[in-house]
Amino acid sequence: MALETLDTRGLLCPLPVIRTQDRIRSLAPGSMLVVTASDAGTLQDIPAWCRVHGHRLVTTEQTEEDIEKGRTYRFTICVVEQ
Amino acid sequence: MLAAKVIADQGIAVEGVNFFTGFCVEGHTHAIRENRSKRPKRNNALWVAEQLGIKLHIIDVIEEYKDIVLNPRHGYGAHLNPCLDCKVFMVKKAMELWLSDGFMSEHGFDFIITGEVIGQRPKSQRKATMPLIARESGADDRLLRPLCAKFLPETLPEREGWVDREALFGFHGRNRTPQIELARRLGIEDWAQPAGGCCFLTDDSYSDKLQDLWQAQGVRSYELDDIMLLKVGRHIRPAANFKLIIGRELGENRYLEGYRKQFPALKLESHKGPLCLIDGTPSAADLLLAARITGRYSQGREAEQIVVSVNWPDGRREELTTTPLPKAELAPEWLIGA
Ligand code: SF4
Repeated sequence: MALETLDTRGLLCPLPVIRTQDRIRSLAPGSMLVVTASDAGTLQDIPAWCRVHGHRLVTTEQTEEDIEKGRTYRFTICVVEQ
Repeated sequence: MLAAKVIADQGIAVEGVNFFTGFCVEGHTHAIRENRSKRPKRNNALWVAEQLGIKLHIIDVIEEYKDIVLNPRHGYGAHLNPCLDCKVFMVKKAMELWLSDGFMSEHGFDFIITGEVIGQRPKSQRKATMPLIARESGADDRLLRPLCAKFLPETLPEREGWVDREALFGFHGRNRTPQIELARRLGIEDWAQPAGGCCFLTDDSYSDKLQDLWQAQGVRSYELDDIMLLKVGRHIRPAANFKLIIGRELGENRYLEGYRKQFPALKLESHKGPLCLIDGTPSAADLLLAARITGRYSQGREAEQIVVSVNWPDGRREELTTTPLPKAELAPEWLIGA
């Protein structure tokens, strides 16, 4: 299964959540979406949004390289049947 | 939250809709302001949905909402808040979502609820505005307000017996004690409903900054970046052709950094100090004044000399050596919304 990607860096909450929501609406169950974000608020909001909609948050990461480039968070979401 | 809980407790499937207008007090401001960073940076609407175990759809209405802010048919509240038009817009938008193919659950929806209470807001939540919102939004009798339904005519869901009218409420006025008691009875301890307005347009300082923006532009319009920047920093306008946006703490400085490709940015080189963006068309003399004002808000405010760099969006950089502006020379009328 190909990894879909969504870059929301530079957007403030709730826009990263809105973009994630809109993107997931167009994805088939079982798809994997990787979202990158720079707003620390996404650390709360993206997991909360996944719980509310029943999608599975597979990983939440912040890599060394991300930190060097500024605050970046990376979420991998497995789309579940809606 | 309360209205959704009351209806969900009647065994009805409820889904939430939250509209992002760009003026919302929610989320992003928490992210910007470092001094609030110990508080959870949660999105209240999502948090409420999670507590209630319902789905929540967050909808970007930034573009469409401009017409509501710029041309409200019913005018403004105490500040630049077009509450009545805003409520009509949101119910109408919820109707559109409900009608749009496959947006919400595949089962569709039968009616819309809001948490309005008669008399809770002086202008937009009066007995007379309730039918107006129902009518102008096109929701008509599919719009139910569970918290004050007993004061309003029966709606479709009540007539059809989908909802038990007897189990709805007759709250009114600004006293929120009965609602807080109900929340407690329903097992809701942490109540997220704001006591003030839900957006920055009810804030007098913010409204002043928005008025100033329109005056400076010579036209009433805005982009998302404009209205987001009004939430951040001190806004200081020493002259009609430029204003300064000065970060008040680390989180704001970091946020303003993101705009360095759009605005010239001033930075203290000789002392610790804030980041300052310049919006407008400053002359060389204006830049020097801006540097001195930025110095006023830095740790070099009492220094004999400060060095300030001017960083242009195209990469050019120059340094100004000057003195911090004495407090007495900072005219109070320069401070917008202070
Ligand atoms: S305070 Fe609420 S109702 Fe009034 S304009 Fe803002 S979002 Fe709309």
